[in-house]
Amino acid sequence: MKIGQLIRTMLLGLCATSYMPSALGAEATETVIVGSKNSTESVILGEMLSHLVQKSGNDAVHQRQLGGTRVLWNALLSGEIDAYPEYTGTLLQEILVGENLQTGVQLKQALAARGLRMIRPLGFNNTYAIGMKDKLAEQLGLRKISDLRNHPKLMLGFGNEFMDRADGWPGLQQRYQLPHRNVRGLEHDLAYRGIESGTLHVTDLYATDAEIAHYNLRALEDDLNYFPVYRAVVLYRANLVQRVPEVVVLFKKLAGSIDAPTMSEMNAQVKLHGKDESKVAANFLEENLKLDIDVQVQSTWQRFWRHTGEHLVLVVISLSAAILLAIPLGILSARRLRVGQIVLGIAGIIQTIPTLALFVFMIPLLGIGGPPAVVALFLHSLLPIIRNTYAGLKDISPTIVESAQALGLPPHSRLWIVELPLATRTILAGIKTSAVINVGTATLSALIGAGGYGQPILTGIRLDDIGLILQGAVPAAVLALLVQGLFELIERGLLPKGLRIQASEPKSVR
Amino acid sequence: MLVLSQVSKRYGNTEVLAPTDLQVAAGETLVLIGPSGCGKSTLLRLIIGLVKSDSGTITFAGTMLTPENIFQIRQRTGYVIQEGGLFPHLTVRDNVVVMARHLHRDTAWINSRFAELAELVRLPQELMSRFPVELSGGQRQRVSLMRALMLDPELLLLDEPLGALDPMIRYELQQELNRIFSQLGKTVIMVTHDIAEAAYFGHSLVLIRDGHVVQAGSFKELAQAPAEPFVEQFITAQREPMERLTKALR
Repeated sequence: MKIGQLIRTMLLGLCATSYMPSALGAEATETVIVGSKNSTESVILGEMLSHLVQKSGNDAVHQRQLGGTRVLWNALLSGEIDAYPEYTGTLLQEILVGENLQTGVQLKQALAARGLRMIRPLGFNNTYAIGMKDKLAEQLGLRKISDLRNHPKLMLGFGNEFMDRADGWPGLQQRYQLPHRNVRGLEHDLAYRGIESGTLHVTDLYATDAEIAHYNLRALEDDLNYFPVYRAVVLYRANLVQRVPEVVVLFKKLAGSIDAPTMSEMNAQVKLHGKDESKVAANFLEENLKLDIDVQVQSTWQRFWRHTGEHLVLVVISLSAAILLAIPLGILSARRLRVGQIVLGIAGIIQTIPTLALFVFMIPLLGIGGPPAVVALFLHSLLPIIRNTYAGLKDISPTIVESAQALGLPPHSRLWIVELPLATRTILAGIKTSAVINVGTATLSALIGAGGYGQPILTGIRLDDIGLILQGAVPAAVLALLVQGLFELIERGLLPKGLRIQASEPKSVR
Repeated sequence: MLVLSQVSKRYGNTEVLAPTDLQVAAGETLVLIGPSGCGKSTLLRLIIGLVKSDSGTITFAGTMLTPENIFQIRQRTGYVIQEGGLFPHLTVRDNVVVMARHLHRDTAWINSRFAELAELVRLPQELMSRFPVELSGGQRQRVSLMRALMLDPELLLLDEPLGALDPMIRYELQQELNRIFSQLGKTVIMVTHDIAEAAYFGHSLVLIRDGHVVQAGSFKELAQAPAEPFVEQFITAQREPMERLTKALR
């Protein structure tokens, strides 16, 4: 843990980008970090919490649309964030399922034991539901979930979280004895597209999803009472009571203030009418809690430059560190074959860990945001460079190496004068591969709050807004090309002239 | 000058070189000869530690070779191989002076030594800034020889230096090499499988077969008093074609 903190401190210094709270802020105001899940509803609620923090005179940072319940829960436990909107069903059936909690009091005790608190439920119950096109349900005469048993051919597709959660598909299939196979997991917001296009027939809904009405979907009756109640609550760290009691007072005002139709309407305003989450949240607070909220929305360009800055920081730090470590490791591997096998083996194993999983592994050590993203990107950039350095050195003709030895050049000088220049092209090819992969993979960093071009992509997927997705995807692609071009230029400068001639001209005759 | 005593080498179960004794006098040209894979190149590479011996000792001008002094010994030795072994990313000039520069020799000294060697091997001035790919095979071997001679080594090791050249250039370079050797008076050990080349250069020849020294002596001794039938076979195999040629001209 100490090493983790050390790395984190070092990286924090390097990653001092806009999403990082200013450490130099005045003593009087506290910074409260709010988190939200990768769903529109959660982002709206997160914006409400942020507004309330600002209303109290403190600074708010909103780490929006983080990748999944686990990321948020762990971030809250470790103090990376101070509060986030959660659902009671998720707490009881997923996060704390091992403790078999029955009552609200038990839940509160379990949270208190972890230094956490929650405010009373906000009002609406955003339970899961199983839904399909109303028309299709009518044709097949489907009203209840148990009716699905007679239609094994229907295509089922569920949000990725639902596929894996203890209270999701595995339990549902067991309770209702559903015969369906080939059930697909996909991004929740994309499932609606699948339903609309007819490639999916049945998916999981959140009761307050705006799409239910929009796409004419029918929620099938949960006749065996499988789904628990998912009352929205706000979880926060107990120390907020001492740090910023005025914020907690404002948070508590939300209790019981949002009913299901209101939440559903707010979701619709964002997802279907393209309104900004921040404004929708502010409107609600103004109308229902009579609070004046000052909304500052960044322009597209402001956001673009911020994402560019964040993305560049992630790429530059992680790639530079990878180059600095991987080339020496590649050299070592080429010199000592045993060590080389171990180094390449380890780098290979790291490469097979999915980036998202690597992010999640990093969170306990480094929290959320830039540092874990940089470390994960760094780890994933190592293999191509190590491997190419190794291959570049190994591929040098043995007669050349032997000639250098025979001249009496000691190993160190041999490396600098002969071997590295001859391996330049291969090493740079490895760096180019790493750089392009790095730029692309860095878009995933948005899932753990590190921002970058992944941010508009995530929001675009959530809002089903292709324009927004392109706002992240196009610059990421352009950046990848630019980085590649940069290394082509570097190659021109570094590659010895003798090797360029060799590449471009056939052997001359005398 | 150079004394090998009971030096041997094996790779796994294959004995590449049986325990061998060898002595080379200063100023002498010794030729190691034998069929491909007989161990002659290995013997040469053992001398500068490119291959580690399994047993025995090698003494270079009174100093026994150790892993510690091998870099010094190599700097006192010139080594030329079949393909030249020139560094493709360096110009002719840089290839030749690379080691002198590494040892921080005085620039004026480097320049005059370089000019002296260029004259010795008769390499035209305009080739000096070319890269190895831009040279012919014969030119590459001349450069390789310059590089080997740059630090004025006491011992010159040549491993099939002319093996990759076509017969005309080979003939030309044989004469050049002979002139250079007699001009410099250096101790030379050369590896070849060509008996005519061996007879032409060698004060003494060492015929090797399957890792064993079969016979050592001058060409005359080998030809007139072969120690084994193999010696005669080896010489005849290369002499016959030439005699056929002479007959055809009559």
